[in-house]
Amino acid sequence: MFTLLDENGKTDTKEFTETQEYFVNMGPQHPSTHGVLRLLLTLDGEIIRRVEPHIGYIHRSIEKMCEKDSYQQVVHLTDRMDYLSCHINNEAVCLCVEKGLQLEIPERVKYIRTIISELTRIASHQLWWGVMGMDLGAITSFLYGFRDREMITDIFEETCGARLTMNYNVPGGVMFDIHPNFRKRTKDFISHFKKKLPEYDELLTGNVIFEERTKGIGYLSKEDAISFGVTGPSARASGFACDIRKKIPYSAYDKVDFKEIVFTEGDSYTRYKARIAEMWESMHIIEQLIDNIPEGEFKAKTKAVIKLPPGEYYQRVETARGELGVFIISDNKKSPYRVKFRSPGFSNLFALDTMAKGCKIADLVAMMSTLDLVIPDIDR
Amino acid sequence: MIKSIIKYFSEIFRGVKSLLTGMKITGYYFTHPKEIITQQYPENRETLKMFDRFRGEVVLIHDENNEHKCTGCSACEIACPNGTIEIISDKAIDPETGKPKKVIDKFVYHLSMCTFCNLCIIACPTDAIKMAQTFEHSVFDRTKLTKVLNKPGSKIMAGIKE
Repeated sequence: MFTLLDENGKTDTKEFTETQEYFVNMGPQHPSTHGVLRLLLTLDGEIIRRVEPHIGYIHRSIEKMCEKDSYQQVVHLTDRMDYLSCHINNEAVCLCVEKGLQLEIPERVKYIRTIISELTRIASHQLWWGVMGMDLGAITSFLYGFRDREMITDIFEETCGARLTMNYNVPGGVMFDIHPNFRKRTKDFISHFKKKLPEYDELLTGNVIFEERTKGIGYLSKEDAISFGVTGPSARASGFACDIRKKIPYSAYDKVDFKEIVFTEGDSYTRYKARIAEMWESMHIIEQLIDNIPEGEFKAKTKAVIKLPPGEYYQRVETARGELGVFIISDNKKSPYRVKFRSPGFSNLFALDTMAKGCKIADLVAMMSTLDLVIPDIDR
Repeated sequence: MIKSIIKYFSEIFRGVKSLLTGMKITGYYFTHPKEIITQQYPENRETLKMFDRFRGEVVLIHDENNEHKCTGCSACEIACPNGTIEIISDKAIDPETGKPKKVIDKFVYHLSMCTFCNLCIIACPTDAIKMAQTFEHSVFDRTKLTKVLNKPGSKIMAGIKE
């Protein structure tokens, strides 16, 4: 420490011991931000005072691109938003277009869509679980999560034709009928994963290091969750019951019996538990539907060039991350006049500032992981 | 005082126990190599078979007489969201009727722009194109990703109409 003599000849160390807030850029090329997200952190030592997310590094103007595409082509662009729940994104656009056309879609399509949506949700949560462990320094969980996810991607590859960006929905139905092996593979997966999911709990949930790093950290109150528009498992862990599958049932969700997972604690550990519980619930939904897929057409007849009647159409669905809204304005042309996506990741990200105040930098990584951010979903 | 000592040791015990629970699973898979599902990829190339619906790249189907079914109607070109397909067509005299008829000169496919959405396959009225199951597409020069799909000297199959 330096010492200074003031005007009276006495030592004055005050201005040298005072601390100052400073800024640190986390990202855009940071491994634990899961993509190109830049967080401008205001720090006081190790304590976070403010988190300011800067987005736009992978903006691809998907909404603008939709304005030149036909309605069939719009569907495949939504694969590239939230790529981990791509089937649910596709479904949202298709349901919105079907709403505009007032098209009655076959029961079979509804069942197929619901089963594949739930498989997508499980696959997304498995990947999240693996990455969550990796953010906290455990590579093991990453490999276990991917091992079980591989079975789901095989189901998708066989039935839909691709592993990740599968573009299986078309307005009016699905692209092909389900593969003959689909039922068997899905049942195999369910019986396999029912044995393997308790392993997840043994590896991470009961672990002392994991509990110490997540319990009581990143608290989000119910009021904050509502005011920031946080949806999905992140909001349901704070006690905000917002499951669109339950509130406004679409596809075959009104025919199945499932619980809405709601916890009240609102910390990182609860958000983790909510997602694990959702995987059990998704398996429960698939079990009810897989044996009862009705016979019939896999696609309703639509015109080759779809023109929506002039008007505004909105459809909400529940993706693995929260509520996705698709808003289409049509002016009776073959491509939409304007498309707007209300993506769950965008709203969830901006609650980070409230959650992270007063926490340490290392906790911020764990907190972001429990929000399950997908950056292309935020930027679009 | 004693309470705090008991708490201290019980926490250590809890920590060690939870670590051992996790290690038990790792140990199980270490001693059961049959449960490991890793594929040795470049070694299993001969036996590796992709699923029938897997989308690798667009190909134009040719039969043994070097004939295809493409009429050059450009339905796939219109259906493609990314401008991946370009059909350069030509006029030829139909030997049966003697009238000029549209035939394809080049069916150009830009693999680098393709998103494998399958919309072109659905749009094709004569089922002339399909998705192949090849997936090893890496090349040293990106111009090699632009392909001409119709084979040299190929003709349209007899009896295929728009």
